Amino acid sequence: MKKFMNSADDFLKESLQGFGAAHQDIVNCHYDPNFITRATPTKEGKVALISGGGSGHEPMHGGLVGYGMLDAACPGFVFSSPTPDQMLAAAEKVDSGAGVLFIVKNYSGDVMNFQMAAEMMQGPNESVLTNDDVAVEDSSFTTGRRGVAATVVVEKIVGSLAEHGGSLQECKALGDKVNKNSGSMGVAFSSCTVPAAGKPNFDIGDDEMEFGVGIHGEPGRRRDKMKSAQEITNELLEAINEDLKPETNEEILLFVNGMGGTPLTELYLIYDNAKNMLDKKNIKISRSLVGNYCTSLEMQGASITLTKLDEELLKHWDSSVHTAAMRWGV
Amino acid sequence: MSVNFLIHRAKEIQAVIDANASEIEKLDQEIGDGDHIFNVQRGIKLVIELEAVIKDLPMSKALNQIAMKVLSGIGGSSGALFGTLFMTMAKGNDIDNGVDYKKAIEIFADGVEAVKQRGKADVGEKTMMDVLIPVSNCLKKGVEDNKDVKEILQEAIEVAEKGMFSTKDLLATKGRASFLGERAKGHIDPGARSSQLMIKTVCESVLNS
Repeated sequence: MKKFMNSADDFLKESLQGFGAAHQDIVNCHYDPNFITRATPTKEGKVALISGGGSGHEPMHGGLVGYGMLDAACPGFVFSSPTPDQMLAAAEKVDSGAGVLFIVKNYSGDVMNFQMAAEMMQGPNESVLTNDDVAVEDSSFTTGRRGVAATVVVEKIVGSLAEHGGSLQECKALGDKVNKNSGSMGVAFSSCTVPAAGKPNFDIGDDEMEFGVGIHGEPGRRRDKMKSAQEITNELLEAINEDLKPETNEEILLFVNGMGGTPLTELYLIYDNAKNMLDKKNIKISRSLVGNYCTSLEMQGASITLTKLDEELLKHWDSSVHTAAMRWGV
Repeated sequence: MSVNFLIHRAKEIQAVIDANASEIEKLDQEIGDGDHIFNVQRGIKLVIELEAVIKDLPMSKALNQIAMKVLSGIGGSSGALFGTLFMTMAKGNDIDNGVDYKKAIEIFADGVEAVKQRGKADVGEKTMMDVLIPVSNCLKKGVEDNKDVKEILQEAIEVAEKGMFSTKDLLATKGRASFLGERAKGHIDPGARSSQLMIKTVCESVLNS
């Protein structure tokens, strides 16, 4: 294992300290329990948005704290859910009285810990559960689809509504709508190593890829031999389209997300190849996002997310945002 | 059952889990992400370290402290599930005025029911519930049938072992192993193994006392 680290025990703390110091105009980092808030207090009457999850997916979620997006983020240990004491401390700090909306990715540990926090919390709160990963079959007999990169889109759009005075119920409803309007699928070329474990999460051959991989390197649909970028892109988009069923001429957001170890050069190449296919199907790409937003440590790989956009979603996507990882309109 | 009883059983469980650590780790590497044994060991250590803080507390407060400690200290699914178990046991009716074996079984069964709700997992899904639910049912039934406590505990040990082995041929439908589909078959669930060892340790300790 080669990593920039001094000790596995201090890995997360030192990374959080660096993040807090580098972006002190935007965020405040709090420790024991760990949580990140905006540098400025929540506006009176504004719904507070809190997300969180295991670390190792940066910039999600700490990098999405700031004007127009999250009010707080709770980072767990690498690939391990945060605990209710973190959510409760964050909520106490950022709740202005208008209630707290938790944004949670559908992984059992995250769901259970956020649920317990919600039960222990005194004030009004709601939760949005993201489950955009079309690689996993959604069924009441399984854990269900995983929450992956569309969580970033949910946080952006709901963040804007909250900033513009949306109520707790309205924010919850919009979050559910964005999630329902989104589909994602990813592919991994390499594994990733959790610092405390010291060895790769899974083995994968030089000529292989895990198709439909989760954001911790969990198995996807199948193990495949490597293919061309256009073939991989087509297969990812076909799986998403089959689930999302965008109409001809429907406007969508095309979000090409890097898993951490794939260069932007390749992410833009995927964007080009995705555009080729969507153009052929007369699906209109009206907004774009390309970059590393929902990562899996140093994993080589990428995911594609499509979100169907209507006027309401477009307006909130375009509105100003000022976080460490996303910044426009300010 | 006293707070002292809980601390002593935790120490015995620690010894048994440590002795079986490499087996549990291997099971988890086959179908999980390999961190289960570290979570369990960390959780037990945290509980034992609470000794000075909880030894003179009433049962409800001691159980609550244990719950909060494992919840925040283990994290992930294990923390939430074991936290739920102890938090529910802490809410047991009238437990600060003494806990006999019937009361102990009652609050344990309530705890298991709450864990079942929290994890939304039932028997047959290749999780620790394949051990905990049958054990809880067996203990309750034993009390209802007015069986001797030694007989009840002996049965619970056997039921736990049977439940643990039953996970081998199951498909996982909950947790991380569920993403493996057919690939998870043929492996015993690590959570079922660690909870079976805990049940066995506590029951045997009472039987031998």
